[in-house]
Amino acid sequence: MNDVFIYDHVRTPRGKGRPDGALHSITPVQLAATVLSALKERNNINPDDIEDVGLGVVMPIGEQGADLTRSALLAAGYGEGVSGYQINRFCTSALDTVKLGYGLIASGQADACIGGGVESMSRVRIGCDGGAAYTDPTIGEQFPYIPNGVCADTMAALDGFSREEVDAYAVESQRRADAAQSKGYFGRSIVPVRDPFGDVVLAKDEALRPGTTAEDLANLKPAFTFFGDAGYNAIVQQRYPELESIEHIHSSGSSSGIVDGACAVLLGSGNYGERNNLKPRARIVATATCASEPLLSLGGPIPVTDKVLARAGLSIDDIDLFEVNEAFAVVPMRYMKHFGVPHDRMNVCGGAIALGHPLGATGAIILGTVLDELERRELSRALVTLCAAEGQATAVIIERV
Amino acid sequence: MQNIQLHIDSDGVAIASIDVAGRTMNVFTPELTADLAHLVAKVKADDNIRGVVICSNKDNAFIAGADLMDFVQSYDKGLSNRECAELVEPASEALRALEQLGKPVAVAINGLALGGGFELCLACHYRVLVKHPKAVVGLPEVTIGLLPGGGGTQRLPRLIGIPKALPLLLSGKHVSGDEALALGMVDALADADQVVEVARQWVLNNPEWHVPWDQRGFKVPGGVGAMAGHSMDSFGIGIAKLRGQTQDNYPAPIAIMKAVYEGTMVPLDRALKIERGYFGQLLGGPVARNLMRTMFVNRGAARKLENRPAHIAKHPVQKLGVLGAGMMGAGIAQVSAQASIDVVMLDTTSEQAAAGKENISKSLSHAVQKGRIDQASVDALLARIHTTADFADLAGCDFVVEAVFEDRGVKAEAYKNTLEGLGKQVEGFVMASNTSTLPVSSLAEGWATPEEFIGVHFFSPVDRMPIVEIIRGAKTSDHALARAMDFVAQLRKIPIVVNDSPGFYTSRIFCAYIDEGMAMLHEGVMPAVIENAGKQAGFATPPLAVTDEVSLDLQQRVINQSAADGLDDKFLRLHAVPVVEKMNALGRLGRKTGGGFYQFEPGQPKRLWPGLAEHFVATPQQPPLADVKNRLLYIQALESARCVEEGVVIASADGDLGSILALGYPTWTGGTLSFIETVGPAAFVAECDRLADLYGERFRPSAWLRERATERSVFY
Repeated sequence: MNDVFIYDHVRTPRGKGRPDGALHSITPVQLAATVLSALKERNNINPDDIEDVGLGVVMPIGEQGADLTRSALLAAGYGEGVSGYQINRFCTSALDTVKLGYGLIASGQADACIGGGVESMSRVRIGCDGGAAYTDPTIGEQFPYIPNGVCADTMAALDGFSREEVDAYAVESQRRADAAQSKGYFGRSIVPVRDPFGDVVLAKDEALRPGTTAEDLANLKPAFTFFGDAGYNAIVQQRYPELESIEHIHSSGSSSGIVDGACAVLLGSGNYGERNNLKPRARIVATATCASEPLLSLGGPIPVTDKVLARAGLSIDDIDLFEVNEAFAVVPMRYMKHFGVPHDRMNVCGGAIALGHPLGATGAIILGTVLDELERRELSRALVTLCAAEGQATAVIIERV
Repeated sequence: MQNIQLHIDSDGVAIASIDVAGRTMNVFTPELTADLAHLVAKVKADDNIRGVVICSNKDNAFIAGADLMDFVQSYDKGLSNRECAELVEPASEALRALEQLGKPVAVAINGLALGGGFELCLACHYRVLVKHPKAVVGLPEVTIGLLPGGGGTQRLPRLIGIPKALPLLLSGKHVSGDEALALGMVDALADADQVVEVARQWVLNNPEWHVPWDQRGFKVPGGVGAMAGHSMDSFGIGIAKLRGQTQDNYPAPIAIMKAVYEGTMVPLDRALKIERGYFGQLLGGPVARNLMRTMFVNRGAARKLENRPAHIAKHPVQKLGVLGAGMMGAGIAQVSAQASIDVVMLDTTSEQAAAGKENISKSLSHAVQKGRIDQASVDALLARIHTTADFADLAGCDFVVEAVFEDRGVKAEAYKNTLEGLGKQVEGFVMASNTSTLPVSSLAEGWATPEEFIGVHFFSPVDRMPIVEIIRGAKTSDHALARAMDFVAQLRKIPIVVNDSPGFYTSRIFCAYIDEGMAMLHEGVMPAVIENAGKQAGFATPPLAVTDEVSLDLQQRVINQSAADGLDDKFLRLHAVPVVEKMNALGRLGRKTGGGFYQFEPGQPKRLWPGLAEHFVATPQQPPLADVKNRLLYIQALESARCVEEGVVIASADGDLGSILALGYPTWTGGTLSFIETVGPAAFVAECDRLADLYGERFRPSAWLRERATERSVFY
C-alpha cells in the first residue's frame, strides 16, 4: 500500500444554524465552493491531479441534493474535468470521504483526492430528508431511528453519569473553545465566508457561549423528555431492561449546536507532494468503520477505536490527542471512562457543544483541528472518531511526518 | 338477491335496501357480499338506472360489521395467512366494483355503521348519516386484533388524510354525527325521514361522478410517504407511541400503520392487495383469535350467564345483607345499592357500620366531582344502604354476603349470629362468603344448610373490578350457584365459576405470579429487570409492584395459615418465603407502610427502593430477558392448567377471563389457558421442562398436561 498524506485542510467558520445566523444567506453550494476554492488557491492545486472529490452531506436534499459536490467544484473554478460525489452516513460522512480518498490513494487508484463536507442546517432543516429509518413502520417495528438525544440519555443512565457531570463537561467544552478561539488556534484553517460583493459575512466561529457556567446550564430544561415519554424510552428499555427508567439529562447546553459550515481536506501520495512541492503534514495510519447496537445509536466510537487501534498495531496509550465528536456530552465522557483517557488529551480545543456540529462537515473539521493542535503542541499521533446514527462510527488515526 | 331489496323509482334511482336474511341486525355476511356483486351487475346493465342509493331495511342499525363467528375460528382451523387474506377478498372486490360502478352511488346511513358496514359506506361516493345519538360510524377492527380488510385502511386516509385517519384506525373509535361530519367521514347529516331523500337528491345532481382517487393527479390530503410533512409525527413518533403502549404484543396497530404507510403511496387496487396481505397476517395469527374468543365471544357469554344452571328460576336479590363494613363490605354494599338493591350493612358497632357508609359517601362525592355520577343518583343510592350492628335487622334479606376478617372463628361467630338474626329465612335464601383464602366447603359447615352456602370472591376495588369469582363448595347446590350468578349479573359484573380448593383459582395463580417475582429477586435477578419483564410481557402491573399493593404482611399471614392448616408443600410458597420474611423483617410491607419493594414519596412517581440491591445482591450475569418474561407468563399458565386438571376450573373460558379481568394477565394472550394454545401445547410443555431444569421443579408439567400436549387445542 502507498502512504497517504494530508497536505492541507481548510474550513469555514461555523455560523449559527438559524435565520439570524451569519451564514444563513449563503447557499450550501457557495459554502462548499468557498472551501474548495481556498484549498485550491492555498496549495496551487492542478485540477488534473485530483482523481475524485467527496463531500459529506447529511441532508442531501433540496439545494443540498443532486450531487452538490459536482456543482461546487464547477463553481469553485476547478474547470470542467474534476468529478465529485456526495455521501451520507450521518455524522461520520466527512470523515468517510477522507477514508475513501485514503483507500483510492493507498491502493494506487489515485494520486490525490479531496474530502470534506458541507451542511447548511439553517437552510436545509435536520430531519427533512425523509427516510425509511424514520417513518417506515416495517423498519420501525424492529429498529426504529431512536432520537439521538434519547440515546445519549440512555448511555448516561447505563454509565451512571449525572446531570451535573454532563453539564460540567459542557462548561469545559465552552471554556476550551473560547480559549482556543481567542488565542487564534483555529486561525490557520479558517477561511472567511464572503458575500457576492466580496464582503466578509463571517470570519470566526459564532456559536460559542464564552463564560457559560454550570448554573447557566442547570437552568436549561432537559431536551429529550418529549421523545422519551412518547415511547422511545420504552423501546430502548426492551433492550436495556436493567434501566428502571431513563432520566433525561442532556439539554441544549450539553448537546452539539446546530450550525452551518463546510470543510475540505487535500490528500495525496508522497509522489504527489514531491511533484507539486507540497509538504505533507500528516500520514494517515489507519482507518476503520464499524456498526454496533443500533438502538444505542451513539455507541460506535468505542468499538471502532478497538478496531482501528488493532489495525494500526497501536494501543490507546500510543495516541497523544483524541477528537471524539461532542454530539452529546456523554459520548466523549463515556469514551474517556471506557479507555481511561484523561480529559486533557480529549477534545482539547473544545468541540461541537461549543462550536457546533454541521452534520456533513464535522468529521473533516475535527480532523483538521486536531492536526493543527498536534503541530502546535509538537505531538505525534491523534485519533479522530465520530458516532453516526444507528450505531455506526468511523475512526481515523493520523501521525505527523 | 335475498339480502338486498331493489326498487327503482320514477327518477331512475335504484333504492337498494339491505336486509340481511335471518338476522335481527344487519351484519356483513358472505351472502351480502354476493348480493352486492349482483346489485352492481344489475345496475350496470340497466340503462334506465341513473344511480343508486344504498340504505338499510332494519331500523336498529345500518350494518354492525362482520360476524365475529366467521373469523374467530380461522386460526384454529389452521388457515394460512394467504387463505385468511382470501377470506376478505370477495368483499373487498365487491366494494371496489360498487365504487367503480360508473354511476353515482350514495349511502343513507340510518344507524350505526361499523367495521365492514362503514367500509361499505366508504366505497360509496356520498355518505348521509342520520342525526341520532346511536348512529355512530367507525372502524373498530383493531380492538379485536384485526384491521379493516375491505378497503378501510385505504379509503379513509384518501378521504380525510392520514393525520385524521390514522388515529381513528388505531383506536377503533366510534364517531358520532357532528364529529363524523367535521372529520369528513360523512358528507351530510339528515333527520331520519330525510336520509334517503338527501342521498337520492345527491345522486340526481351528480350524474357524472368520478371516484376521486381513481383520477390522474389525485393527492391524498396532507400527503403520503416519508416526505409528507406529517410523516414524522404519524409514523416516526407514531410508531414509538404504539410500541411503547403495546410493548410489541399486539400486531394489529402496527399492521394498520404499515397498510396505511405503504398503501397510500400506490394506486388503490394495489393498495387493497397490500391491505389484505396484512389482514391475512393478523387473522392467521393467534392474537386476533385470543382477543375475539376471550374478550368478545366468551366475555359476552359469561355476561349472559350461559353456564348458569338452566333449571333454576331466575331470582334476583332484592334485599341484601352485608356483614362487615370494611373496604370489601362497603364496596359490595355500594355496587349493590347502585344496582337498586336494598342493602343492610352490618358491623360490630353501629359506629363502624356508619363509618363504612361514610367511606362510600366519600368515594361517591369524588365521582360526582369528576362527573361520573350525578348527585341525585348518589342520594338515592345512599338511601338504599341501611347500617346497623343488630343482626335482627337482617330479617327479610334474601341474600347475605359475609365480608368479615379472614379468620375462621370470626366468620363462624358471624354465621351463628346471622342465623339467629334472620329468623325465618326468606324462600330461596343464600348465604355467601367473600373469603379470598379460606376453603368454602369448610366454612359451609358453619352454616345450617351447607348446600345454600357459596363463595363470592370480589376483587378490590369492588366498584371498578369487572369480575367476581364464584366458588362452589363441596355441597353447594345449583340453586345457590344460580342465585349467586344472578346477583353478580345484577351488579353488571361477570361471574366466573370455580370449585373449592386452597386459594380457589384466582388467588392461586396470583400467588404463582408474585412468588415467581420474589423468587427471581432472591436468585439475584435485578429488580428493574423483573419489573420491566412484567411490563413488557403485557401484565397490568409488574410482580413486585403488585405485591406492594397487596402487602407483604398479608403474604406472611397466608403462608403461616397454610402451614398451620398442614397443606402440601406446593401451597407453602417456599421459593418466595425468603423474600417475604426478609421484607417483613425490614418492616417494608408495601404501599400501606410507605415502602416495600418500591419507595413511595408524595408527589413523585414511585421508584424501586435502592436498598433492594443490598439485601438481594444481583448476580453479575443476568438471565436472558426472555426467561424472565417466560417465568412470569408460564408459571401462571401452568398453574391454571393444573386448576383445570384438578377440576378447580370448570370451564376454560372462565379460567381465561379470570386471569385477565381479575389479575391483569396480558390480554393479548387471551388468558392463561389460551396462552398455552398460543404457544402451542407441545412447545409449552417443552419450555416448561426447560424452565424446570433451570429454575425449579414447580415448572415441571404434569403427566396429564404432557399427554394432551400433542393436541393443537387442549382447553377449547
